Amino acid sequence: MPHDAGPQGEGAPAPPRGDAPAPRRGDANARRVEAMAAAARRRRRLQGMLPWLIILGTFLLWEAAVHGFAIDAFILPAPSAIAASMVQWWQPLLENAWQTLMTTLVGFGLAIVFGLALGVAIGSSTLLYHGLYPLLIGFNSVPKVAVVPILVIWFGIGTVPAIITAFLISFFPIVVNVATGIATVEPELRDVLRALGARPLDIIRKVGLPRAMPYFFASLKIAITVAFVGSILAETVAANKGIGQLMMLASSRFDVPLVFAGLMVTAFMGVAMYAVAAAIEQRTTGWAMRGQGEQQVSGVGGA
Amino acid sequence: MAAVERPFVEIDQVSMRYGGAEGTLALRDATLSVARGEFVAVVGPSGCGKSTLMKLVSGLWPSSAGSVIVGGQEVDRPLPMVGMAFQNPTLLPWRTILANVMLPLEVVEPHRRRLRAERAAYEAKARQLLAMVGLAGFEGKYPYQLSGGMQQRASLCRALIHDPQLLMLDEPFGALDIFTREDLWAQLQEVCLTLKPTVILVTHDLKEAVYLADRVLVMSSRPGRILAERRVPFPRPRRLDDTYTAEFQALVHELRDHINAARQGQETDHAA
Repeated sequence: MPHDAGPQGEGAPAPPRGDAPAPRRGDANARRVEAMAAAARRRRRLQGMLPWLIILGTFLLWEAAVHGFAIDAFILPAPSAIAASMVQWWQPLLENAWQTLMTTLVGFGLAIVFGLALGVAIGSSTLLYHGLYPLLIGFNSVPKVAVVPILVIWFGIGTVPAIITAFLISFFPIVVNVATGIATVEPELRDVLRALGARPLDIIRKVGLPRAMPYFFASLKIAITVAFVGSILAETVAANKGIGQLMMLASSRFDVPLVFAGLMVTAFMGVAMYAVAAAIEQRTTGWAMRGQGEQQVSGVGGA
Repeated sequence: MAAVERPFVEIDQVSMRYGGAEGTLALRDATLSVARGEFVAVVGPSGCGKSTLMKLVSGLWPSSAGSVIVGGQEVDRPLPMVGMAFQNPTLLPWRTILANVMLPLEVVEPHRRRLRAERAAYEAKARQLLAMVGLAGFEGKYPYQLSGGMQQRASLCRALIHDPQLLMLDEPFGALDIFTREDLWAQLQEVCLTLKPTVILVTHDLKEAVYLADRVLVMSSRPGRILAERRVPFPRPRRLDDTYTAEFQALVHELRDHINAARQGQETDHAA
């Protein structure tokens, strides 16, 4: 990628002039390398700031649109109105957000435990794979909204249906990814362990599981965001606490800014949890990323 | 090697057929024995069943007929006393070089039991092995940070870490360039002179076979049989320069003729 940065700066290579070519060419090359490094630094800085700039820009545009077209706060409240509502209702927002976060995390945690276990089982046994897959897919195809009323009949209104919905919705991507990671282990790697007389359990622990980790973390990033969908879905239908319930309450009072405030808080929690999952991923499966930082260096060096 | 002692590896009339009764016969009545501490190289045209032989001796696959006995024990499953290096380094990409080399210790008894208590001693041993093949200072690196030749060296250390009595090398240098290969020959010879394991090396490089082995076996093309056997008389340690002497070249040439004959046989087989 550093290559596209070349022409824009002052470091673009000057065509050789003919007088004293050898040292000048070396100079030009050094300048060019430096310019590329500078461009890469600029790009990295921009990359870090860009998400914030875009969010800020979106809010500004939104605010301007609401005022410019004189949109009623009942249809679409301006970000400033949402912020005001957030300040006004900060306590219930915080309490309910905490409830939703806990519900989601418990459901997500269960999904990790059972998803890993089932993923390992399905991934390491073709028999289980073929036996269980149709059932799993069928199960995942059932809309979770339709499941919530059943859960309410079984467990009553409250936290439990929300936890289970979060679990059900985030369970599937984890199973599929872990199973794929384990099922696609290179036979050569398995042979290394087999030749030592390793037991099947050893092979899963030493090769299958580590090999599946990048798949697992990729699935966590999906699973954590959909887990929020699950818990809030259940809260809107049947709960007495949580952001979903708060939004239902607010909309029944036609307090649209508060509904939007709930959405904002949810989005924030989703992004925060995603960032946590991504950070853990980077720390634990750096081997699979093959040091993407180094590539930039080699790119400059090879120029 | 004294003839009175029972051979360490006995391969007796072993056949291997892939894919049921109608399948390809990869190996037919292969018979060979290897004495304890001996270095045997098996050479042959490609597709002659060399690798099949390796899989059978290492116990990764069961043979269709005949018996394989290693250290007085019938091979019916992989034996922990065997160390194996494959054509590719097959290092686990999520482990550092040191952790890769120490992998067999986590699997093979009695090391498995002792590893936790004596980790420092085992780690020192792994570092020593790595230093022996010129990888000192790379213990903390990941496989992708090393060149192919360095990875192959690490894989050799991994094959040796649990003090295997039999070292199986399945074309371990096949994917490397000639300079790296020659380097590794010298290192392997040094390691073998120090640790004195029994070694079976499968290769298609005749120079490599003659340089490293005490005895070279030539296999026919599929279905593989042992066609010829040559003892390598040169004293150890052998130097790379020795490979350019007339005697060395003559031996390589002779083996080459055997291989040619084997390949000719293959062609007439096809014609028939």
